[in-house]
Amino acid sequence: MSNTDTYEREGVDQDTVEAVRTVGQKYKYGFSTDIEMEYAPKGVNADIVKLISKKNDEPSWMTDWRLSALKRWEKLVEPNWAMVNYPEIDFQDIHYYAKPKSMEKKPKSLAEVDPKLLETYEKLGIPLKEQIILAGVEVGVDGTQEQRKVAVDAVFDSVSVGTTFKTELKAAGVIFCSISEAIREYPDLVKKYLGSVVPQSDNYYATLNAAVFTDGSFVYVPPGVRCPMELSTYFRINAENTGQFERTLIIADKGSYVSYLEGCTAPQRDTNQLHAAVVELVIEEDAEIKYSTVQNWYPGDENGKGGIYNFVTKRADCRGDRAKVMWTQVETGSAVTWKYPSCILRGNESQGEFYSIAITNNHQQADTGTKMVHLGQNTKSRIVSKGISAGFAQNTYRGLVSMHPKAKKSRNFTQCDSLLIGDKCGAHTIPYIECKNNSSRIEHEATTSKVDDDQLFYCHQRGIGEEEAVALIVNGFCKDVLQALPMEFAMEAQALVAISLEGSVG
Amino acid sequence: MLYINNLNVELENEKKKILNGVNLDINAGEVHAIMGPNGSGKSTLSYVLSGKDGYRVTEGSATFEGREILELSPDERASLGLFLAFQYPVEIPGVGNMTFLRTALNSQRKSRGVEELSAAEFLKIVREKAKNLKIDAEMLKRPVNVGFSGGEKKRNEILQMAMLEPKMCILDETDSGLDVDAMKLVAEGVNALRSKDRSFLVITHYQRLLDHIVPDVVHIMADGKIIKSGGADLALEVENNGYSDLLAEYN
Repeated sequence: MSNTDTYEREGVDQDTVEAVRTVGQKYKYGFSTDIEMEYAPKGVNADIVKLISKKNDEPSWMTDWRLSALKRWEKLVEPNWAMVNYPEIDFQDIHYYAKPKSMEKKPKSLAEVDPKLLETYEKLGIPLKEQIILAGVEVGVDGTQEQRKVAVDAVFDSVSVGTTFKTELKAAGVIFCSISEAIREYPDLVKKYLGSVVPQSDNYYATLNAAVFTDGSFVYVPPGVRCPMELSTYFRINAENTGQFERTLIIADKGSYVSYLEGCTAPQRDTNQLHAAVVELVIEEDAEIKYSTVQNWYPGDENGKGGIYNFVTKRADCRGDRAKVMWTQVETGSAVTWKYPSCILRGNESQGEFYSIAITNNHQQADTGTKMVHLGQNTKSRIVSKGISAGFAQNTYRGLVSMHPKAKKSRNFTQCDSLLIGDKCGAHTIPYIECKNNSSRIEHEATTSKVDDDQLFYCHQRGIGEEEAVALIVNGFCKDVLQALPMEFAMEAQALVAISLEGSVG
Repeated sequence: MLYINNLNVELENEKKKILNGVNLDINAGEVHAIMGPNGSGKSTLSYVLSGKDGYRVTEGSATFEGREILELSPDERASLGLFLAFQYPVEIPGVGNMTFLRTALNSQRKSRGVEELSAAEFLKIVREKAKNLKIDAEMLKRPVNVGFSGGEKKRNEILQMAMLEPKMCILDETDSGLDVDAMKLVAEGVNALRSKDRSFLVITHYQRLLDHIVPDVVHIMADGKIIKSGGADLALEVENNGYSDLLAEYN
């Protein structure tokens, strides 16, 4: 096992194996950066909402929008229908605003960014791509291939620190900035679209987010423009006991295209941290959005202590005819995951796709899936969900496919596969299927299997060790979804799959 | 090469004895065949030697090139050069046949401290060896054994063997489920690998495989032990008269 130096990075499988080997600790990203934080007092009320609004230098219409959301939220009760258990959250015992102190004066350029922030990204293992890009250097995947570019809008706790590639995007007419900046600079776009996909009153967590969201990303791709690069945001929760309320709004105007990558890591903490993000995607006629997520937040320790509570509302609205959206998610982190990236297929011939890998190990719980709401004619949706459960974890797929009366000749295909590792975990599949016309077609396939001892023995007999064998089998199980990810993300995802399942066998 | 001494084995979960003192010496370059009726312990012997879970060794030893192997993990034994061609090769969905082969080969090379093969080197070798076994490029890309016919699965086992170049090859009823042509192909693959440094243990029900892979020694196994050993003609005797005479003689 000594010649790792000669180890060539040739393929994704090798990467996976290497990832397993190089991870010294149980959770690689368990550190916190020593940056002075500025906290708002704990709890949520009109004063806190006003404070957040003021800190972001928002116009009064935005403050009012937040306050009406707060009013609404105060009347709501937390939902409990999901198959997850966690101690009651005291929403008044959480900081709703934290901001690195050194950020009070916003940096004019990346050179002014706190070096400690950049250090954090380095520790996160993103030097190769985003670090360089953050420094403003363009890189290709390799010399021979077409140069690929990724623009990063880095979110460190609540404030966007550096938005890169702005000039090039600007030349294409693409707006990519923090949402707080968008509220100030592009109020008309924000007013038009904010809350138009996920209304203020949508659900408990989304409503809370509407009141207290601190920052997030904003993308607008004008008509007919193909965004010249992949857009990427790294979210990271850093301060202890700070709720993280991100708000993302992406608009693809007529005939445009954009691919967006969202990656997440969080430092190891003992107390549970709440995360309630909202992502809204608007897709106009003939436009397309690809939204990919790799979520690797701290899942808690082997005994289920600590970890992130992740209550996310993500929804795409295919407003125009032939609009297309594709959600791809790799969920490996968080103690509790409550997340259903959905597609409203309003335009005729619009298409929604959902590819998901959800891995739960130890005491993690995930209740995740999608909603495909077919409103327009000849709409199509496809769901491929791979749930992997190990240790004492519970993994639930919950998905709605709904064909409305006017959604004539629409089609859905759903495939739900669950894989169990060990005999103390659980996998559940809860499909909701509604069809209100007689010309649509819905297909649902589901399987549940175990990582088979015979498969493991077969691998071992060929000389493949324990962890390598599990990584190989599980990555094989997830292949359909991994293939849907952008290449550079697929590598990270494969590595994550292996890391998340360390020690789950034997 | 492989020396088995008084090997006694029972099932782990129930007190059922399967092997009752197996003794077997296989020298380098030799081909041994084991025949015997159903339930005589032939497959168990191959599983115990390769380290499958579910069996308990109560007595005896097995040394491979001077090393006691029964305490080693299956992948360690594989890296030492012990190979089992499975009676029922296992399907691994989503994992490309080529990926699997390369992962296995490089794992073994690594544990032996040999430099791993680059993608290009590997591809060149695998294409050449696959061609001899009439395995086409498409089959190399498909997931391991998924949707393979019986013949394809067995040829794939032989391809793995050819790639991994083990010192000791155990073939567990490799002829089962094969038509005559497929069996010939498999036998040719095995014969091509015969050398003075490589030994074989061929487990079979039928003599016909041994027409193609001619053994140096034939053993008859019954009741968890070897009851008779002889030359290649012993297999013919079984083919003509069945096991009953031999069993009667033994009892």
